[in-house]
Amino acid sequence: MEQLRTIGRELAMGSQGGWGQSKEFLDLVKSIGEARSKAEEDRIIARELEHLKRRLADPDVQRRKMKELLLRLVYAEMLGHDASFGHIHAVKMTHDESLPLKRTGYLAVALFLDERHDLVILVVNTIQKDLRSDNYLVVCAALTAACRLIGEEAIPAVLPQVVELLAHPKEAVRKKAVMALHRFYQRSPSSVSHLVSNFRKRLCDNDPGVMGATLCPLYDLILGEPNSYKDLVVSFVNILKQVAERRLPTSYDYHQMPAPFIQIKLLKILAVLGSGDKQASGHMYTVLGDIFRKGDTASNIGNAILYECICCISSIFPNPKMLEAAAETTSKFLKSDSHNLKYMGIDALGRLIKINPDIAEEHQLAVIDCLEDPDDTLKRKTFELLYKMTNSTNVEVIVDRMIEYMINITDHHYKTEIASRCVELAEQFAPSNQWFIQTMNKVFEHAGDLVNIRVAHNLMRLIAEGFGEEDEGADSQLRSSAVDSYLRIVGEPKLPSSFLQIICWVLGEYGTADGKYSASYIIGKLCDVAEAHLTDDTVKAYAISAILKIFAFEIALGRKIDLLPECQTLVDELSASHSTDLQQRAYELQALLGLDKNAVESVMPADASCEDIEVDRNLSFLNSYVQQALENGASPYIPESERSGVISIGSYRSQEQQETSAHTLRFEAYEMPKPSLPLATSQSSMSTPITNLVPVTEPGYYKEDHQTSKSQPPGDAVSGEFGVKLRLDGVQKKWGRPTYSSSTPSSSTSSKQTTNGASHSDGGGSSSQPRESSYGSKRQQGTEVSAEKQRLAASLFGSAAAKADRKAQASRKTAKDSPSTEKVATTNVTAQPVKEQVIPAAPPPDLLDLGDEPVSSNPPSADPFSQLEGLLGPASAAPVLSGTPATGTSKAPDLMSIFSDDVPTGVASGSTDPTLGDVNSSSHKGTTAVASKKGPSLQDALQKNATARQVGVTPTGNNPNLFKDLLG
Amino acid sequence: MAKERRSVESLSDLWRAGAEQAHREVEDDGVEQQRSKQAGRDDEMTIRFVLFVNKQGQTRLAQYYEHLSLDERRALEGEIVRKCLARTDQQCSFVEHRNYKVVYRRYASLFFLVGVDNDENELAILEFIHLLVETMDRHFGNVCELDIMFHLEKVHFMLEEMVMNGCIVETSKQNILAPIQLMEKTS
Repeated sequence: MEQLRTIGRELAMGSQGGWGQSKEFLDLVKSIGEARSKAEEDRIIARELEHLKRRLADPDVQRRKMKELLLRLVYAEMLGHDASFGHIHAVKMTHDESLPLKRTGYLAVALFLDERHDLVILVVNTIQKDLRSDNYLVVCAALTAACRLIGEEAIPAVLPQVVELLAHPKEAVRKKAVMALHRFYQRSPSSVSHLVSNFRKRLCDNDPGVMGATLCPLYDLILGEPNSYKDLVVSFVNILKQVAERRLPTSYDYHQMPAPFIQIKLLKILAVLGSGDKQASGHMYTVLGDIFRKGDTASNIGNAILYECICCISSIFPNPKMLEAAAETTSKFLKSDSHNLKYMGIDALGRLIKINPDIAEEHQLAVIDCLEDPDDTLKRKTFELLYKMTNSTNVEVIVDRMIEYMINITDHHYKTEIASRCVELAEQFAPSNQWFIQTMNKVFEHAGDLVNIRVAHNLMRLIAEGFGEEDEGADSQLRSSAVDSYLRIVGEPKLPSSFLQIICWVLGEYGTADGKYSASYIIGKLCDVAEAHLTDDTVKAYAISAILKIFAFEIALGRKIDLLPECQTLVDELSASHSTDLQQRAYELQALLGLDKNAVESVMPADASCEDIEVDRNLSFLNSYVQQALENGASPYIPESERSGVISIGSYRSQEQQETSAHTLRFEAYEMPKPSLPLATSQSSMSTPITNLVPVTEPGYYKEDHQTSKSQPPGDAVSGEFGVKLRLDGVQKKWGRPTYSSSTPSSSTSSKQTTNGASHSDGGGSSSQPRESSYGSKRQQGTEVSAEKQRLAASLFGSAAAKADRKAQASRKTAKDSPSTEKVATTNVTAQPVKEQVIPAAPPPDLLDLGDEPVSSNPPSADPFSQLEGLLGPASAAPVLSGTPATGTSKAPDLMSIFSDDVPTGVASGSTDPTLGDVNSSSHKGTTAVASKKGPSLQDALQKNATARQVGVTPTGNNPNLFKDLLG
Repeated sequence: MAKERRSVESLSDLWRAGAEQAHREVEDDGVEQQRSKQAGRDDEMTIRFVLFVNKQGQTRLAQYYEHLSLDERRALEGEIVRKCLARTDQQCSFVEHRNYKVVYRRYASLFFLVGVDNDENELAILEFIHLLVETMDRHFGNVCELDIMFHLEKVHFMLEEMVMNGCIVETSKQNILAPIQLMEKTS
């Protein structure tokens, strides 16, 4: 024991031993390592920076010392402190003769500075010089630096040398030259466009490293214009074949897998090249098939390759055999216990359903498990999948789910994304306008400020236009239900601005329309809104306009109205507002109150927001007036451009365009301030009798919208003369872009029905009938999880065609349905026997409960990852994988305990190294205890330990983790 | 026991810092969107950053392949580490963050995080992390957190060999370590 320690110490003092670093540096690292909190760390670095400032100001610091000071600066910046005072020293160090110092200098510059920074210019010269060096390591360092630091302007300065280096005898140099060129391409494609052929040449380089690196720029180029590289398909396929056949040096192997990272890159390239190209894809099938056959599903890296294969297959021209293999692997992923694999499986499924939507049906329950998993990452991925497979039959369930999830997340970025997806899906697939409005209300209530204002205008228009002309009753019903719901919501605090705008507008237009609410009640509510949102001028404008409308309607009906005191206060306040828009509205309101019934009726007719407005741009109604004036001797109007003596604005403008440099007085008026969009909206609806609801900036969008929403008959009304019905499947419609799942040909699915008998598609179709009611009350009842899941699955996956079928042949429906329901019942029982047994024992079935998940999946003995663990040593497997299925899901086991449990296994397989330092007991004891099994690494361990002790860094309670062997 | 309490303390520190950053994040969002648009131009980068962070949320190595200001880095690191620390071992090793994904892996007390584009093969990145750790292990022998701290520049050099322009370019340990060993010999 004692002897070993001495040996260790001696080794530590030896050639390689020690860290060659000063006490100061070691102390810094030690104190950072032992810092207990961010605050303490910040104090240490602040002190350090003061110290470094003084030291760097000293003109004769040793060069070696300088490297250390620089690294201390790197530490400071890495920990988030500004060390810009030292950046120039990093630049200086790049000039150093010694390679380690030079490289450290380059590294520090790259870490500190952006390519646009002024100091970088000083480095370009050094890079140029170093590219000519005889020492290839110096050249490599310069090329690495070029990749980080050469901006667009500096490319010409180094480009010729870099091109020359492409033919350097050393492969390391060639590889880095390729990458430098790649970087130049990324920065400025035009600067290297004439050199692209070099990449093709390097693809055939003798060195696999150079070839592998060349795939990176080629991938970018091919993404840009795949058609120019179709000739390379055969080469890529050949390379992939050779790699898969282990022709590369074994040093590229990773966990018995031949050059997996190169394989993956090649597969990515092939996916792009084969996309939509039958001929190119034809070359790929064989090698893809080979890779699938050799596929190793027991290791992460094997699965990574398989996943990339699936991506490739789903991208290239479809081949049934390949798709089958891909689907099979996907289902393996989905059935796995590892969340990582499930995640990959969900992603793969999302790719495959683009080609064949039926694939999803087989995995409905797995998908629902993922959807209900507490793991947020998995859940989001599943939502992405659902988004891809939404159609008009499952849109309600999916969007409801999405909104439910959206309400509970705080992540700004993702909330925006999911809100816009909800809107998109609802616009595209809404089964009824009623549903659409309810859904939009929910989205606006919870994420109103995150969605495009256009969506709000859209919603208002829908409420205004209703279902169409022929059913006024349903329209007014819809409106009064909207009014009801808004009156309920409006009092709630913190409603988003855009939602309040909608509320105000709807209350103004339709608040009193059905006579349920009195004008003063609505006005009172609107006043409350305006008062509660003092800072939001837009909302106030909407509110005052709404009040105005209600007054107008009341006057038009001949009723007497009094201005409520709070309303009077509001009007007074707004008349004195800083916003001229608000002022105008307030004055208009006051003016309107003084008008008589007939005038008001023509100024502000009831429910006229949908009337078309014709704007007479020529003001022809004034012609007679003008004529009269002329007859009375007025001088005729001369257009501005024809007036003499005055430089017209128009000609001045063109003159200005010609010589902008002429510094003369500016005659032209300053640009008019643009009124904001929503203001303009409400203004127009208020001050003109007939309005188009929304002045939409994109005319195309509006027009399309207008047409479609008009052509939509009421959701449930089946009227024969309309070719397009809301619920008609497969025909998509409405506002958004079409999605692939909607184009499911109904013929193929129905033929599938006949061949497969009691397939899931049958079950989905039939059991989706009671979906609305059962799904709605699901959470309260929650009698049987698996049944609920089945139902959810049915509502999600129930094939569109089956439903359409049912509708079309309503007469035959009952006869057809009853047997199929039975069949479903039997398949459920047979497919899910395990689940059914488990459920009674489980606690009250929460949807988020994972309880039944491990049971339904593979038994522990089949867990492929236990094998992986044996191969890798426990540490590598433990963080990623779920471990054995027996591990509870709620309890996160301490990692250390996992490790210690696993040590025997690791030792048995001979691949683990023990942890270097034990937390509490003597580290030496730990080391020697396993020393006999360790082999050569004992020396390292002892050496390191001894060195550490020598410099005073010892494993103590303060730094238990610093000594922990990462791979052990 | 004491150890646990410590990590709880520093966690709450992180939370506090995180709350401030969240405020900033909302303000920064516009800027971020701009940048992501900008990045769209030269977007074929796959790896956006590599981070080593320990359980207490202290950064041990940071390499960004796109330019971020110090404040942005600090905020990003705080947010991501909070997200990753909150996850259990059973959950996915991938976390979505803003417009990219973070693939992370834990070794002893050290988290290795790699930020990647959304269409990157996450499993492959996970194995890339392991390759990096194996490479360090081959060089340092039983690599531990302290090795990385004392030899920060060497770890950076290894990373420079493995990743260029945000792409994985070299995966042979021999090739990765050769220049570093040569450099050590000559000096």
